[in-house]
Amino acid sequence: MSVLVYIELAEGSIKKTSFEAIFYASKVAEMTGGSVTALAIGEASAAELGKAGNYGAAKVLHAGDSSLFQSNIIAYSKVLLEAVSKTGAKIIVTAKSSLADAVTARAAGALKAGVVGNVTELPDLSSGFKVKRSIFSGKAFALTQISSDIKVIAIKKNAISTVETSSEAAVESFSISLDASVFDAKVTETVKASGAVSLPEADLVVSGGRGMKGPEHWQPLLDLAEALGAATACSKPVSDLDWRPHHEHVGQTGVKVAPNLYIACGISGAIQHLAGVNSSKVIVVINKDPEAPFFKAADYGIVGDVFDVLPKLTAAVKAL
Amino acid sequence: MKILVCISSVPDTTSKISFTDGDTQFNKTGIQYIIGPYDDYALARAVELKESLGGTVTVLNVGLADAEPQIRKALAIGADDAIRVDVEPTDSYFVAEQIARIAKAENYDLILMGRETTDYNSGVVHGIVGELLGVASFSPVMELSIEGNHAKMTREIEGGKEKLEASLPLVLGCQEPIAEWKIPNMRGIMTARTKPLKVVAPSGESLTSIDKYNLPPAKGAVKMIPAEDAGQLIRLLQTEAKVL
Ligand SMILES: Cc1cc2nc3c(=O)[nH]c(=O)nc-3n(C[C@H](O)[C@H](O)[C@H](O)COP(=O)(O)OP(=O)(O)OC[C@H]3O[C@@H](n4cnc5c(N)ncnc54)[C@H](O)[C@@H]3O)c2cc1C
Repeated sequence: MSVLVYIELAEGSIKKTSFEAIFYASKVAEMTGGSVTALAIGEASAAELGKAGNYGAAKVLHAGDSSLFQSNIIAYSKVLLEAVSKTGAKIIVTAKSSLADAVTARAAGALKAGVVGNVTELPDLSSGFKVKRSIFSGKAFALTQISSDIKVIAIKKNAISTVETSSEAAVESFSISLDASVFDAKVTETVKASGAVSLPEADLVVSGGRGMKGPEHWQPLLDLAEALGAATACSKPVSDLDWRPHHEHVGQTGVKVAPNLYIACGISGAIQHLAGVNSSKVIVVINKDPEAPFFKAADYGIVGDVFDVLPKLTAAVKAL
Repeated sequence: MKILVCISSVPDTTSKISFTDGDTQFNKTGIQYIIGPYDDYALARAVELKESLGGTVTVLNVGLADAEPQIRKALAIGADDAIRVDVEPTDSYFVAEQIARIAKAENYDLILMGRETTDYNSGVVHGIVGELLGVASFSPVMELSIEGNHAKMTREIEGGKEKLEASLPLVLGCQEPIAEWKIPNMRGIMTARTKPLKVVAPSGESLTSIDKYNLPPAKGAVKMIPAEDAGQLIRLLQTEAKVL
């Protein structure tokens, strides 16, 4: 079956989660006897887009018109629909993100496609088309049958391990004429934390809770994050109190992260917090209260004062 | 301003999740249901907009009769009337199809809902509804103000946010801090009892279905490291856990 993978670009580079999606799509194509085309919308060089081949895409359709440099849910979904019709794809794969959700949702609406998100394993094709997905914010899994002709699969980050090859994808420019109405919505301002490691994509995350005592005390945590090359995150009360920006808030009602390493500093481990971090491969908890519930969900724990422990960890990282 | 707020009824965020019937059914025993936390933000903003601009707020739930306490709570918080589509909300497209069918007949200026439900975390219903209605959709929206026929919004993007403006009608997936959750007062609770709640039949069918559930493997025991020797943790992360 022809598989289309919708990939996302961040500052001209293919996102790591999109490589996972390409790899997943190529495996699905292998299982169903088809080929993979990737669709990239926005600004990127042909050399960068060719890297989609390293993970199994034969071809990349690049919608690189400057009108599409700014992400635009409506325009992107129209481009995606065009690519589906051009490739005849029956399976659309993407890496789950808030933009990909919004874009693929509209396409699914137009195609009457069943959508399954947070997929963690390759499909089971023994009877119908079933995928395993994470539900209840990581507290359970559901093997889900998709019965529609066209299927949309959004994979969960860090759930699929990829294999890289040296193949390159052929990059083809993809231009479609879009009705002016898709640009009706105007983005008037974009505020982005620059330089820092992107939290949803990060392999390593250092996170702070109310135990950090106040925004003026964040430096030791930032130092450790910098030494590790980690992204920073926080609990909900911390962003509610404006100690840290809202996009750092992880949990049930915040960003869901799935890094290889999550270090929680002064976070109690409320069930709503765990819901956003329980897919992390390794969890480290630093808390002065030995009874803090987070220790039950941790792989490594230190009972101690964060302000005493953090500088020691930073020093040890620097000594590596 | 005519606003539709779509709410889900989901297990309380502290619920212990388990399954029955050979892991084919979600175990509802002992589960407390709540309005989806993100939907609850959408509802709170809708009620605020109604209070400042006038108009009506209708709540819509696709769900079985056991969702009615959550619908009554939404009415107590300030919605004027409610519609329940009487069917188990099993699939994103199917749920969106019910919402779109009802919305088509009513010309809402705004259709608000949470960015995702906290049970199945799909996060796509707003987009499908928007497409089915031919109306623009945005998510996740964290700020919303309305001036005349115009909406000003802040949308969260990875690592930041963007401000955007668009004309009504709109379908929006909402998240904090669009508004603060509202707690119904006594008067709200009393009047909610008599506010209209219309039950309608579904149409169409689910495009997905769940064959089997399972729980993640239990976590191994935590390895404790003395605070005095905190540096040892970094060595273990490198040599034992192999994440550095
Ligand atoms: C519907 C709903 C949704 C929610 N969604 C989220 C969500 O998405 N994300 C989220 O995080 N929360 C969420 N919450 C809130 C959640 O229930 C907790 O209140 C919150 O996670 C607690 O944050 P915290 O751990 O930072 O603070 P606290 O619970 O106050 O914990 C602080 C911890 O720091 C420790 N500590 C204090 N001082 C030190 C020190 N010097 N050194 C070491 N440790 C120290 C304390 O022992 C304590 O364990 C939600 C709640 C509800 C009801």
